[in-house]
Amino acid sequence: MRPFTYERARSPAEAATAVARQPDSKFIAGGTNLLDLMKLQIETPAHLIDVNGLGLDRIEATPEGGLRIGALVRNTSLAADERVRRDYGVLARALLAGASGQLRNKATTAGNLLQRTRCPYFYGTAQPCNKRQPGSGCAAIGGVTRQLGVIGTSEACIATHPSDMAVAMRALDAVVETIRADGTARRIPIAEFHRLPGETPHIETAMARDEFITAVTLPPPIGGRHVYRKVRDRASYAFALVSVAAVVQRDGTGRVALGGVAHKPWRVEAAEAELPRGAKQAMAAILDGAQPTHDNAFKVTLAERTLASVLAEARG
Amino acid sequence: MRVNGDVRAIQLDTRTTLLDALREHLQLTGSKKGCDHGQCGACTVMVNGQRIYSCLTLAVMHDGDAITTIEGLGQPGNLHPMQAAFVRHDGYQCGYCTPGQICASVAALEEIKAGVPSHVTADLMAMPQVTAEELRERMSGNICRCGAYSNIVDAITEVAGRQA
Ligand SMILES: Cc1cc2nc3c(=O)[nH]c(=O)nc-3n(C[C@H](O)[C@H](O)[C@H](O)COP(=O)(O)OP(=O)(O)OC[C@H]3O[C@@H](n4cnc5c(N)ncnc54)[C@H](O)[C@@H]3O)c2cc1C
Ligand code: SF4
Ligand code: FES
Ligand code: FES
Repeated sequence: MRPFTYERARSPAEAATAVARQPDSKFIAGGTNLLDLMKLQIETPAHLIDVNGLGLDRIEATPEGGLRIGALVRNTSLAADERVRRDYGVLARALLAGASGQLRNKATTAGNLLQRTRCPYFYGTAQPCNKRQPGSGCAAIGGVTRQLGVIGTSEACIATHPSDMAVAMRALDAVVETIRADGTARRIPIAEFHRLPGETPHIETAMARDEFITAVTLPPPIGGRHVYRKVRDRASYAFALVSVAAVVQRDGTGRVALGGVAHKPWRVEAAEAELPRGAKQAMAAILDGAQPTHDNAFKVTLAERTLASVLAEARG
Repeated sequence: MRVNGDVRAIQLDTRTTLLDALREHLQLTGSKKGCDHGQCGACTVMVNGQRIYSCLTLAVMHDGDAITTIEGLGQPGNLHPMQAAFVRHDGYQCGYCTPGQICASVAALEEIKAGVPSHVTADLMAMPQVTAEELRERMSGNICRCGAYSNIVDAITEVAGRQA
């Protein structure tokens, strides 16, 4: 790890100001992604701002009937919250499908959204990677791509976003609340929060550098059957090859978001009209325009079959 | 920090992980370093009663926290019930993963009691039960190279049964 200085922020505004003041600084929450990357010198901040202990660890009801989840709420607490288990089952299920008990006890809502890709070449510091070192090229293209993206990819990057939680939040139309050093607050719909790689895969979200996440809000519950199905190489403690977050209503309509296929949680609202016609039609519309590689073309079939199984469970 | 009940004041480089602080500075070498990247569970300790990986957190972030390591659970002659059950059931071969397995399993039983669901809990609204399937899922964050898994599940099941 490179040497760094450390401070504890006392308020969200102070955290944002601190990061704005020092160009090479980063927030640290659970630390489970950032410290991993710092050990590998993929992240090399000169200053860390500890945002634990800002009192952002509560889950509150909103006046509209939804939930406001503090940025520092741990993944375990969020999955165990009675309102989440009852009204947002797809979110509880997605959280529980991710990482391990020890990691979920540390991982925070904001940190989970902002965790970086698991592309093996991003981790292999001897390889070119446009995300790690802008302009250096992409070692994954033409390399081993089994785990990588099939849709929304670019010639600069074909990585996927690894979060399970974010996929469920996409299906639930969550909104990310932020504050900046100058005090301006805004609400970013989850659909616009993560970006596609384009020519600048190192820019992963809509956030400014001095922007601090204070909370994620969920709209009022929408009912329906909630299912999260994650397909991976081992039964637990592994990232998704493909995952499906679905909320299906009695009449067969519903919402579907996919993990493991793109640089962001993948949802195509217009394609959801096909859901009552079945998984084949729906997935063809959701993954319309997919450009898989030879190694990961299986993900397209796997996504369709996973959706078929999810729809069967939701109707059963 | 309060480590196994004793207040310990130490001056550290900011880069020091909690694991390195315990092992290198406080000479508590029971917690093991397997991967140092959150992938194996050998470094599992409890912070304020919750299990975490001590390799993926900085010691400076735990100013004032209560840390429990395997040494704090029990000592030879005065073993924690989980330690004794691991011995009885041969829940290890080489023993390298064992301190992490034991800390993780003690905390996992607390999580079940507190009603925290898991990936395999069928009904999210029901109290989770201690079943072999639940224990295997909840202990998936602890890898055992020797493959002592089935005896580990037996040891935890016995302790859970005695608590109930
Ligand atoms: C072995 C292993 C397996 C895993 N498996 C899975 C899995 O299967 N599924 C899954 O979804 N995840 C998995 N994870 C990833 C895990 O979920 C993330 O590491 C975790 O969610 C990150 O949260 P954190 O609070 O620890 O973030 P940190 O590491 O503290 O921070 C991550 C990033 O977020 C920024 N940040 C944190 N808080 C804020 C804030 N409030 N505002 C602005 N920026 C902020 C930090 O600056 C940093 O850049 C795994 C991790 C490991 C190590
Ligand atoms: S796919 Fe993206 S993350 Fe992976 S090597 Fe290419 S640029 Fe880097
Ligand atoms: S040493 Fe911490 S998880 Fe492996
Ligand atoms: S007993 Fe050897 S690694 Fe588990």
